[in-house]
Amino acid sequence: MSEMKKIKNLKEFSTSADRFEGANLLCPGCAHSIIVREVLNATNDDLILSASTGCLEVCTAVYPYTSWDASWIHIGFENGSTAVAGAESMYKALKTKGRLKQPDRKPKFVSFAGDGASYDIGFQWISGCMERGHTMMHVVLDNEVYANTGGQRSSSTPIGSSATTSPAGRKSYGEKKNKKDMVSIMASHGIPYAAQVSPNKWKDMVKKIQHGLSVEGPSFINAISACTTEWKFDPKDTMAITDLATDSLVFPLYEIIDGHELNITYRPKNIVPVEEYLAAQGRFKHLFKDEYKYLIKEWQERVDAKWAQLQRREEARV
Amino acid sequence: MAFDKMELRDIEVWDGNFAAAQALRQCQIDVVAAYPITPSTPIVEGYAKFLADGYVEGEFVMVESEHAAMSGCIGAAAAGGRVATATSSQGFALMVETLYQASGMRLPIVLNVVNRALAAPLNVNGDHSDMYLGRDSGWIQLDAYNPQEAYDLNFIAFKVAEDHDVRLPCMVHQDGFMTSHTAQGVKTLTDDQGYGFVGEFQPMNDMLDLDHPVTHGVQTEEDWHFEHKARQHRDLMLNVTPKIQAAFDAFEKLSGRKYNMVEKYEMEDADVAVVCMGTSVETAREVALEMRKEGIKAGVVGIRVYRPFPFMEIADALKNVKAIGALDRSSPNGAAGMLFNELAGALFNTDTKALLSGYVYGLGGRDLTKAHLRDLYKELQSNVDAGKVTTQLQQFIGVRGPKLAFL
Ligand SMILES: Cc1ncc(C[n+]2csc(CCOP(=O)(O)OP(=O)(O)O)c2C)c(N)n1
Ligand code: SF4
Ligand SMILES: [Mg+2]
Repeated sequence: MSEMKKIKNLKEFSTSADRFEGANLLCPGCAHSIIVREVLNATNDDLILSASTGCLEVCTAVYPYTSWDASWIHIGFENGSTAVAGAESMYKALKTKGRLKQPDRKPKFVSFAGDGASYDIGFQWISGCMERGHTMMHVVLDNEVYANTGGQRSSSTPIGSSATTSPAGRKSYGEKKNKKDMVSIMASHGIPYAAQVSPNKWKDMVKKIQHGLSVEGPSFINAISACTTEWKFDPKDTMAITDLATDSLVFPLYEIIDGHELNITYRPKNIVPVEEYLAAQGRFKHLFKDEYKYLIKEWQERVDAKWAQLQRREEARV
Repeated sequence: MAFDKMELRDIEVWDGNFAAAQALRQCQIDVVAAYPITPSTPIVEGYAKFLADGYVEGEFVMVESEHAAMSGCIGAAAAGGRVATATSSQGFALMVETLYQASGMRLPIVLNVVNRALAAPLNVNGDHSDMYLGRDSGWIQLDAYNPQEAYDLNFIAFKVAEDHDVRLPCMVHQDGFMTSHTAQGVKTLTDDQGYGFVGEFQPMNDMLDLDHPVTHGVQTEEDWHFEHKARQHRDLMLNVTPKIQAAFDAFEKLSGRKYNMVEKYEMEDADVAVVCMGTSVETAREVALEMRKEGIKAGVVGIRVYRPFPFMEIADALKNVKAIGALDRSSPNGAAGMLFNELAGALFNTDTKALLSGYVYGLGGRDLTKAHLRDLYKELQSNVDAGKVTTQLQQFIGVRGPKLAFL
């Protein structure tokens, strides 16, 4: 079992030894870096990491520099999960064969990937990793768009969002399809742990990361990652937007253990209307025109329905 | 060690696939990540069975696609250990993105490619379309003409690829079905000899060295990308050939079997020569002897090391011939054949006056018969007699319908 870090407060958390350096090229206010630091700082264990092509990768390992003070690999857009699975397999092989250089240390294997790299192009690779039962964690930095390539839609892009390949226009309100429910799909692989996390709720997040890293077998984490550039908000507002996401229940926080046992882990005291979350971001600006206001109402209904469904699943324990 | 050695007879009757699987077993691979495809499947099945029977130790990861197979191999190799897999045709095509990633990241993976045609139309039989597809992928590439060589070249592959002055992945090619499924006598190494030849894997920049974290697979743009690619090319051009030669020499000492960058046959005094790869080399050798009985001084040059292309050795092997037939087992689809072009490049600034013509043959497993080769040698001889290429420069042989010739 891994040695779990005890973290008392945010100050202690934010000043713990960094294995992900602040020296990187991510936009000011980018939540990717906040999430990565929270994941890495949740454990003292040795880490073997990967990133799939995307903002995180292109901004943190530009030769001859690296922001990573833990072993890290990038291969391509779709296969970061399998890179870590391959490394984990080598770890097992060398352990069996008695060739590990530090046989007493048990590293954790974590792959980071965007929603594009996870929900779309890398879907099959992640499914393979989950199904085969590698002891690894896959973390989605879910900014609901292909940010690195300039804001094209992904299957995580929500209805009504204006993306460059599903732009709002004179005759369109933007993206027409609902966001894919990736956490359920991954949990359906029967993996020991799947969870949705948000960097503003850092204690909840640390607990979930620690849970995921402590299981034998795969874990899957979907982290909301507010993107100042593509969501169009002021870089200083990253956490405020993220608060609106969790408190409006647009992004509910829960976990699914062994593919069925669902626990809601955050219940906002004051639920914020979805409209407030949407109004804070440029990508939804057009929804506030009279002809599209019905979409905001529909959105609120969808969020309410999903919340009710999560509560039913939690109660039913199935 | 917690696995059993295998007692082999001095000569076993193996097909190319099983020979390759046995070589992988003897090299004691740490991780095999693989996906099945005809005709290479028995290599990884063979390996899986060795594992199931306790003749190897390590991890066999049965992934969900060939792209994932090579991706897993890359992750495993970067972690620091001996890694191998096998594929063919469509699987190879699906892997292509990762082939460039593996070589650019300088990871010594060994890939057995059992050569097969590429769809469409779908075809499971042997030709060199997949081999040609990976031509510029930055891998060292060795070509086996029979099961014995498929066995031997795997040892050579690990020895060269894992050398710290090389650190490049290596493919071992063999012809689908004609080699992979044809059982022949294969002279074996003992387990100790085989493993002794490749030696214990020596990691470098291994991610699993927890005290020395490494970053693999960085971004480089116009400031550094060119230097990285140039360095890789330089190493292929300058470092790899001597290492392959050294491995060939060491292997000859161990086994008595001698390999060369290009395999010359009856080339001492040859007037006409065929240059080819795979099983065709052996057919051409037989026909060359027959032609000699008929007074045509025929020879054969087989390409053993396909990348780095043995430019100098080829030019040297062909320096005295008067006519050359370049045989390409892949449709060039709108160009001259790859071998034709490589030979033209190798010979152009030399003193040779040899006449060069190209032949496209054997697509989708179509036989290259001795009769084809006899006609071909005669045609090369008539070119010599006429002092010029009497046919068009590119001809398709063995294809039904009106004669196809171009250029
Ligand atoms: C095979 C392949 N297809 C397309 C691309 C181009 N590409 C690189 S990153 C990217 C989008 C990344 O989006 P996401 O995974 O959501 O990460 P983000 O940048 O948003 O963090 C795309 C389309 C690529 N690198 N490789
Ligand atoms: S574009 Fe978005 S995801 Fe990419 S670095 Fe900037 S804020 Fe982060
Ligand atoms: Mg994204």
